[in-house]
Amino acid sequence: MTLISALIVLGVLALIFGSILGYAAIKYKVDADPLVDQIDEILPQTQCGQCGYPGCKPYAQAIADGDDINKCPPGGDNTIHKIADLTGREYTPLAGTESDDVAEEVKKVAYIREDECIGCTKCIQACPVDAIVGASKAMHTVITDECTGCDLCVDPCPVDCIDMLPLAQTTQSWKWQLDAIPVKQVH
Amino acid sequence: MTEYILLLLATVLVNNFVLVKFLGLCPFMGVSGRVETAVGMSLATTFVLTLASFTSYLINNYILQPLDLTFLRTLSFILVIAVVVQFTEMLLHKTQPTLYRLLGIFLPLITTNCAVLGVALLNVNEQHNAIESIIYGFGAAIGFSLVLILFAAIRERLAAADIPKSFQGTAIAMVTAGLMSLAFMGFTGLIKLS
Repeated sequence: MTLISALIVLGVLALIFGSILGYAAIKYKVDADPLVDQIDEILPQTQCGQCGYPGCKPYAQAIADGDDINKCPPGGDNTIHKIADLTGREYTPLAGTESDDVAEEVKKVAYIREDECIGCTKCIQACPVDAIVGASKAMHTVITDECTGCDLCVDPCPVDCIDMLPLAQTTQSWKWQLDAIPVKQVH
Repeated sequence: MTEYILLLLATVLVNNFVLVKFLGLCPFMGVSGRVETAVGMSLATTFVLTLASFTSYLINNYILQPLDLTFLRTLSFILVIAVVVQFTEMLLHKTQPTLYRLLGIFLPLITTNCAVLGVALLNVNEQHNAIESIIYGFGAAIGFSLVLILFAAIRERLAAADIPKSFQGTAIAMVTAGLMSLAFMGFTGLIKLS
């Protein structure tokens, strides 16, 4: 008798709780895919469009839908590693730098030929990372450390005084090629 | 009325669940890294503790005792707690996605927070009535929140402090928790419940 009533009581309790949770699951359903927001948060939000998408959010959506994770030059290696961790995918080097020869594509930064600059501030408005300083009718210049090399400032310049120059390699920016030789996992 | 206030104070300070009864230590160490997460965790735990305390009282008094099924107590209490936590998780995921992500694994782990089951079982042991159960659960939660937020604030300070290498990280946190526990022992004898 006790056994049967115990079974009935637990069964009824479980049924009630189950229906409460089922109702809550429908009522508090989360619509958006949280993964898109998470990827969007990792991306640098420069909206530069170098990945081929109109901005960071569309690219985040594309990654969630299965696009490659290595199309974001402003984010660089760091971003790819983070996205690889988040999505559980294999890390791949930045698109365009995976060529085997030593002379790989170097990072470029914008440089303003200062004697030609007319101080129109158009490049300042275009810069997504606020790497250009200067005021109206005064000469502008680029903060090299901040520049991501997205070349969004080149087009708006009315006098074409902005060049994309390769960044010289220093001891600060040197990157060890630790995985130059593929390592095989032996189990 | 006075006895309810006394019960609340006694649960928050004298019989603090974390520092005196040593229940719920996992989130106490786990989510005390930053004050914001600690506050979020406190709110979630307060909600769960109060609700679970009351619901398990109802189940114990109106279902298990009349049917003479008190041996099912622990099992059904765990069921109640799991449901309340799951409900809180859904609610939080919908309304506070950032907090939901910050709390991460510690939110579902409220289920295994022994303070929650502890409150439900102690309610039975001390034969609390409905209002006392709510106050006891709420008081336990306030005590937990108080200690957790205090501890998180201390740990934020510790992060910037110059700590000897061998004490860094969890070691200094444990020492801090011990000192806080000693301080809370000072409340013993503040209130005497008959």
